[in-house]
Amino acid sequence: MSLILIAVITLTVLSLIFGAILGFAAVRFRVEGNPIVDQINTLLPQTQCGQCGYPGCRPYAEAIANGDKINKCPPGGEATIQALADLLDVEPEPLDAVEGEKPVQVAYIREEECIGCTKCIQACPVDAILGAARQMHTVIVSECTGCDLCVEPCPVDCIEMRPVEGDLRSWKWEQPSPIPDLLIIATDREDQA
Amino acid sequence: MSTHWTLHKFHGGIHPLENKQQSTTMPIQQAALPGLLVVPLLQHIGQPAEPCVSEGEHVYKGQLIASPAGLGAAIHAPSSGVVERIGAAPYPHASGQPYNAIEIRTDGKDQWHPDIRPANPDELDDEQLLQRIRAAGISGMGGAGFPTATKLRSGQQASIDTLIINGTECEPYITADDMLMRERAADILSGAAILQRLLDARQVVIAIEDNKPQAIAAMQAALGTRPWHVVSIPTLYPSGGERQLIKVLTGKEVPSGGLPAHIGIVCQNVGTAAAVHDAVYLGRPLISRITTLTGAALKQPMNVECLVGTPVIELLQQAGLDQTRMNRVIVGGPMMGFSLADLNAPVIKTGNCLIASTEQEMPAPEPALPCIRCGECELACPAGLLPQQLLFYAQGDDHEQLQANNLFDCIECGACSYVCSSKIPLVQYYRSAKADIREQQQKQIKAEHARQRFEFRQERLRLEEERKAAERQARAERMAKAKAAKEKADAAKPAPVAGSDPSADQLKKLKIEASMARVALTKAEKQLAQHDTPELHAQVAQLKATAEAAQQALAAAEPDATAAAPAAEKPAKAARPALSEAAKKAKIELAMARAALKKAERAEASEDELAPLREAMLKAEQTLADAETGTPE
Repeated sequence: MSLILIAVITLTVLSLIFGAILGFAAVRFRVEGNPIVDQINTLLPQTQCGQCGYPGCRPYAEAIANGDKINKCPPGGEATIQALADLLDVEPEPLDAVEGEKPVQVAYIREEECIGCTKCIQACPVDAILGAARQMHTVIVSECTGCDLCVEPCPVDCIEMRPVEGDLRSWKWEQPSPIPDLLIIATDREDQA
Repeated sequence: MSTHWTLHKFHGGIHPLENKQQSTTMPIQQAALPGLLVVPLLQHIGQPAEPCVSEGEHVYKGQLIASPAGLGAAIHAPSSGVVERIGAAPYPHASGQPYNAIEIRTDGKDQWHPDIRPANPDELDDEQLLQRIRAAGISGMGGAGFPTATKLRSGQQASIDTLIINGTECEPYITADDMLMRERAADILSGAAILQRLLDARQVVIAIEDNKPQAIAAMQAALGTRPWHVVSIPTLYPSGGERQLIKVLTGKEVPSGGLPAHIGIVCQNVGTAAAVHDAVYLGRPLISRITTLTGAALKQPMNVECLVGTPVIELLQQAGLDQTRMNRVIVGGPMMGFSLADLNAPVIKTGNCLIASTEQEMPAPEPALPCIRCGECELACPAGLLPQQLLFYAQGDDHEQLQANNLFDCIECGACSYVCSSKIPLVQYYRSAKADIREQQQKQIKAEHARQRFEFRQERLRLEEERKAAERQARAERMAKAKAAKEKADAAKPAPVAGSDPSADQLKKLKIEASMARVALTKAEKQLAQHDTPELHAQVAQLKATAEAAQQALAAAEPDATAAAPAAEKPAKAARPALSEAAKKAKIELAMARAALKKAERAEASEDELAPLREAMLKAEQTLADAETGTPE
C-alpha cells in the first residue's frame, strides 16, 4: 500500500515540477506574433498589388497562416506556390488567376499626357513614382514592382504596363530538353516488344 | 630554373585532342584593316561602358570612345575614322542577341591620337601606373575579361606573395598565347615586372604547359637576370583554370567563394601582361589582340594580330575560309566556347580563338542517353564536385541541394560532358541552373527591397496621420480655450459692449429704417412709372411720407446723438471729483430720509407720522443742494 502511495506522491511531485518549468518557459520564451507569417511573407514577391484579394503581401501571408489557399499570387507564379508548398508542407496547386502568370512588367508614364494630378503617386505602394502637383510624373523603373495599382487611378489614362526587356546580361541558358526515357536494358525492350 | 619547382596535382582533368599544331606553322600575321569596325560597349565583366563620342564625330586611333561606368573598362577607337552609328549590332555571345556598339567607318590612315605618348615606368609612382593601366581599358585577356585595374587594386589591398603569369593555354586549338610568348616574350616579362611592382609580390612564376616547348624556351631566354621561375607543367585540361593552376603550382586551394588574393596569390594572363607593357611604356590602350584562326574549314590556319571590332567573317576570309565546308564557327575553345550565330559579329578583347569547323570535325551533339551512374564525370571534375548528383538536382530544380553541393564552384570547363558515356550535356544543365538560382536571388533581393520600401511608406503615412491628428487636437484645444476666454470677457463687461453708446445704436437703427423706406419708395416709384394705377399712387404717397418721417427722425437724432455723447460723459467726469465729503453725507442722509418716508407711506402710516419724515427729507434735500453748490464747480 505504502509502495503505491510513494509512487503516486513521487509522480505528483514530478508533474508539479515539470508543470512549473513548462509554465515558466511559456511565459519567459513567449514568441511575439506568428513566426510562420514572417516566413511566408519573405517568400511572397512583395509587389503589394492586392491581386490575391488582400491589401498587400503581409495580410495575405497572415491569411495563408490562417488556412487560406497558397495559389492566389499571380506575380509570384508557380515558383512562389512551390516555395510556399515546401514551407507549409501542402500540395502545390495551379495558380488561381484568370490571365495566368504574366511576364515581369513595369509601369510607364507617357509623360507628355501626364497632367500632374499626383493620384498615381498616392497609389504606389513602394514610392516608385516621382513627381509633384502640376509637374510631370515619372516611374523609377528600378523600384517599380509592376503591381499596376497606379494604372487605375490615372484620370487621363497615361500609365501603361510594359514588359521588362531583358538584354544579354539577363539572358540565361535553357535547360537541355529532357533525356528520353529509353529502354536501355535488353529484357525491358523484349518485354516492350 | 624550372627544375627546382615542386609541382602538385589537381583532382581530375582530361586529355582532349590538342589540335594546336595547325595554327602554329607561321608567325603572327597582321590582319587587314577592316572598312567598318564594330566596337561593342561590353567587352568585359561588369557594367557596359558609356559612349563619349557622337555619331558623325571623327576619332583617332586610340581615342577614348566609351568610358567605364561602375565595374568595367574603358573602350578606345581601334583605328582612325568616323563614328557611323551607335546602336545594337551583332555581338559574339552564346545567346546570339545583338548588343549596343559603336560602329566606326575607318579612313585607312590609321592615325594615332596625338596625346598617346610613351613613358618610363621608373619615373611614375604606383598610383600613376595603375591610372595608366585603367585608362588603357585593359581587362583579362584569358577569357573571362575581368577589369585588370580593379583586380590589381584589390590585390594591393591584400598581401600578395606570388604573382602567377598564366601561359598555360590548356584548351585545344588555341595558340594565341603560345605565339605571343614565342614572339613577344620580352614585352610579357616587362609587363609582368610592372604587375609585380604594383602588387609588391615576393615571387613571380610563369606557368606554361609542356606542350609548348618553343614558348618555354623563348620565355627562359628573355628572363635574363630576373630571379623568376618559368615552370613547365604537365599538359592536362583544365590546368589553365585559375584555381587549378594555383593548386598545381602551390598545392593551395582557393576557398569556395573566395578569391586567389585571399591566399596571397594573383594570376594574370600573358596577354594581359603584354597589354600592360603596351599601356605603360607606349601609352597605347588595348585596341588589338592576337586571335587564333583555326579549324578544318580554313585553308591556312594562323594567328593574327587584329583590331578589336574586326568582323569575324573578314578574319576568316583572310585565313582562306571555305564556306562550303564550314559547318559552324566556335568563339573560344572547343571545350568552353560557343557557336557564333552571326559572322558579322566582331572580335572583342576576350576573343582568343575562332574555329571554323567542318561537320566532321565538330559534329552536332549526339542525343543524350539516361545517366548510368558510371562515375566517370566525378573522376574528371577538376573542382572536385559530384557532377551526376548535380545533374539530378538540376533536373529536379532543387536549388537548395544544388547549392549544398557547391554548384557555384563549377568552372564550366566541360570535362564532365567530355567524358560522359551517355553524352549528357552536363554543363548546360549547370549553366541553366546557375542562371535560375541567380535570377531567384535577384528576385528575392528585389522583393526584400520592395518590402522595405513598402514598410517605410506605411510608417511614413502612419506618422503623417499621427501628426495631423495631433495638430487637429491642438487646434481644437486652442479654439476651446479662446472661446472660454471670450465668454469670460463677455461676462465681465456685458454693458459696456452692448450699451456703451445707446444713442449710436439707435442712430444706426434709424439710418437703416430710413434707407429701407427710401428703397421701398424708389421701388414703388419705378412700378408707378410702369403701371399708373391709383392704388400705386396712394402707396407711393404713403411711402413718401414714411421715408420723410424716417429721414426727419434720423436728422433729429443725429445732432442729438453727436451732442449727447460728449454731454453724457462730461457731467459724469466733472461730478466725480466735485462730490465733497459733505455732499456725500447729505446724499446719504437724503436717501435714508427718502427710504424712511417711502417705508412709512407703504405701511400706510397716518399723516402725523409722515409729516416729520417729509420734513426731514426736504431738509436733507436742502443740505445736499447746499453741499453741491458749496463745492467749487
